[in-house]
Amino acid sequence: MRFSSRLVLSALTAFVGIASAQADTPKLTVYTYSSFVAEWGPGPKITPIFEQQCGCKIEWVGVGDGAGLLAKLKLEGEKSPADIVLGIDTSLTAEAAATGLIAPHGIDTSAVKLPVAWDDKNFVPYDYGYFAFMWDTQQLKDPPKSLADLAKDGAEPKILLEDPRTSTPGLGLLLWLKSVYGDKAAEAWKGMAPKILTVSKSWDEAYGLFTKGEAPLVLSYTTSEAYHVMAEKTDRYKALVFPEGNYMQIEVAGMLKSSKHPELAKQFLQFLVSKDFQTVIPTTNWMLPVTDGATPPEFATAAPQPQKALLLPADEVAKHRAAWIKEWLEAVGQ
Amino acid sequence: MTVPRLGLILAALITAAIVADYAALLWGATATDLQDLAGDTYLRRVVGFTFLQATLSALLALAAAIPAARALARQSAFPGRSLILQFCALPLVMPSVAAIFGIVAIYGRSGYLAQLTEWKPSIYGLTGILIAHVFFNLPLAIRLLLPAWSTVPAETWRLTAQLGMSSRQVFRLIELPLLRQYVPAALAFIFILCFLSFAVVLTLGGGPRATTLEVAIYQALRADVDLPRGGALALLQTVACLVMVAIAWAMGRRLDFGRSTRLVGLRFDGMTAGARFRDFAVIALAMGFVALPVAALVFDGLRGLLFAQQNLSSLLSATLVTLALGLPAGLIATALGYPIAVASDRLRASPPAVILIGIAGLAGVIASPMAIGAGFTLTLTGRVDLYAIAPAGVIAMNALLMLPFAVGVLRPAVARNHAQVDRLCAGLGIDGWNRFRVVDWPMLRKPIGLALGLTTAAAMGDLAAIALFGNQNLTNLTLLLYNQISAYRMESASGTALVLLALCLASFAVIERGVGGRAVS
Repeated sequence: MRFSSRLVLSALTAFVGIASAQADTPKLTVYTYSSFVAEWGPGPKITPIFEQQCGCKIEWVGVGDGAGLLAKLKLEGEKSPADIVLGIDTSLTAEAAATGLIAPHGIDTSAVKLPVAWDDKNFVPYDYGYFAFMWDTQQLKDPPKSLADLAKDGAEPKILLEDPRTSTPGLGLLLWLKSVYGDKAAEAWKGMAPKILTVSKSWDEAYGLFTKGEAPLVLSYTTSEAYHVMAEKTDRYKALVFPEGNYMQIEVAGMLKSSKHPELAKQFLQFLVSKDFQTVIPTTNWMLPVTDGATPPEFATAAPQPQKALLLPADEVAKHRAAWIKEWLEAVGQ
Repeated sequence: MTVPRLGLILAALITAAIVADYAALLWGATATDLQDLAGDTYLRRVVGFTFLQATLSALLALAAAIPAARALARQSAFPGRSLILQFCALPLVMPSVAAIFGIVAIYGRSGYLAQLTEWKPSIYGLTGILIAHVFFNLPLAIRLLLPAWSTVPAETWRLTAQLGMSSRQVFRLIELPLLRQYVPAALAFIFILCFLSFAVVLTLGGGPRATTLEVAIYQALRADVDLPRGGALALLQTVACLVMVAIAWAMGRRLDFGRSTRLVGLRFDGMTAGARFRDFAVIALAMGFVALPVAALVFDGLRGLLFAQQNLSSLLSATLVTLALGLPAGLIATALGYPIAVASDRLRASPPAVILIGIAGLAGVIASPMAIGAGFTLTLTGRVDLYAIAPAGVIAMNALLMLPFAVGVLRPAVARNHAQVDRLCAGLGIDGWNRFRVVDWPMLRKPIGLALGLTTAAAMGDLAAIALFGNQNLTNLTLLLYNQISAYRMESASGTALVLLALCLASFAVIERGVGGRAVS
């Protein structure tokens, strides 16, 4: 009894201590997607490093996925309590900037070494990846050699896709075909349609069905192979790079105009391109770092380098997205 | 304040909250927005498909549930019966992704069925949607229909035996009229649940052909943030659901058996060897259909718990969060559901009250979760610190979402109680708290226990509310599971799914038994 009351007392003291400490230190509110702050995500690893550097506290708010993030921001508008939004990708940056809620970051991004030039004044890139089809070597002998193999007629091999209306990789494939086939994208989709086993709401479902052996190919990232090699020690699953090129996804963060701690927010954005942050990214978020010298050696073989990096300009994506999705619906949905 | 009046006021408040929520979205919508919507052929196809799959799903679930519930009602005492009934609460709590994996593990292209029989079923398409929806809703339908049989007084069953009625005659003369009272409501309820289905329909539907209205709402609210369009679509969805409810309402019949001496009613037509065999075959078939995917999940889950790296402290804390959020949500849903159910029975002579209570009782399922979320965000930002109130917000939203389950279970029970003892109580002058304690509670504790168990279990599987309030310190088992899958940790995720299922089953069993007590009536 005495023991437990002492325990309660000490817990209370600790709580009061934390509460009063919180009152003194400034708080940086960061909106992100929920897997970023899950226990294996980058969040828990980088939080103590940055909090020590800034003498502040990070309050993570994990909201669904990237699209949900932008939607929440738009709904909240200038009243948003967020200082930073982290996790929007290049297919949404133009729309995010168009809200007028994002402040120019004004930080030094010279350390950023992306396969494409980066000159966005609003957003700081913190990682990137290439969309790729993952191949289950135990299910299929001859994998497709090119995107054209998948776009030509025929009902085999079966592929698992994500819906571009509800998922970022899904939208990625849409843009991938658009950048390779341009006006003929609809025909490529028609060729691919019979091979599609199903189109799921999100990457989770598609990838889960893939590892359950429902289909030998799934739309994912080149770095998926690195996960299986490094974390699961298996080479059963391989990422396919295609001669037409693989489409890129660059994930970015930005600060809000309404932020009450603009200096802290800047410091956080600068931290994103620092070595401390970049070395954590590859094996927690399973994406590629944007600066040199942060890639683990295993990635050299386990995350195959595409022959060509494809990326459409953000404003073009924003302008045509609705029309392209409609085109996709008509090609695949009939 | 009387209980019906309290129920009416609660119903008005809930309806007002939903209307305000929709109004916030629709604010600024113009007539052309709505005209665009009406002329959209894509949308018309989506609505058509949503209707089709929901109707077929609901009909199939009911068609399977009626014989199963009848068999369970006839065989009122056999070992394992209560376990079967508790098992029926499981699909309610199952995150859609877990259910999809379970179904695919059995019926998929490389599922057990395909491995054992060489037969490669193609479940992606309408078939997959229907399998999944029957899987989710057959157990629920059984739980919604089963109370119908307990309303029949023991004397009636004896009479059927005395008159030498065959099983078929019993069905035609007693059970069919009885079912006419219960089936429409269950049908409407399940139709609505399937109408709103989202991930299951997309993933097992095989592609964009299988698009439900909820996907269109998602597109409008999440991708385009076109609030008027999202609001209008959500309104369309709600209206479609209400039409369905109205049809069910019109089809339903009330049936009063009058007073009973509350003896346990033995079914004499179920005692022959042939009838017993048939009943158990039906029960085994129905339960087998639901149990197989669950068994696959349990098998994977055990492997995940034993062999995958499992962070026990995060699993434990997610379990505690699930309990801490699920129990109060269930409690509030049931506490709100009781006066609303009473009001819906007592005030049934007044059409406005009927409509208001009907809407409030179903609010949680007829309103699009996505629209509720968007409306909440829009209204509350800048007024309330969402981060600080996150736990309360999740509980409140879940209570609202689960309210229909509570009302659905309590309404028939309350109506029966009303018909049986109201006049007697009035004659004896028993009312208020005394009446609840002495008369109502013993009669109603079983349905109340069922309502509490169902709502708690269903709230434990929540993802919508917890995702809306997104707070790093608030991770329940469902969110943990999704996070694990997003991080490629499929095996850990199966372990988490198993913990969630076990927790659901245990909570449901403890609550139903603890609150409901032993069988009376």
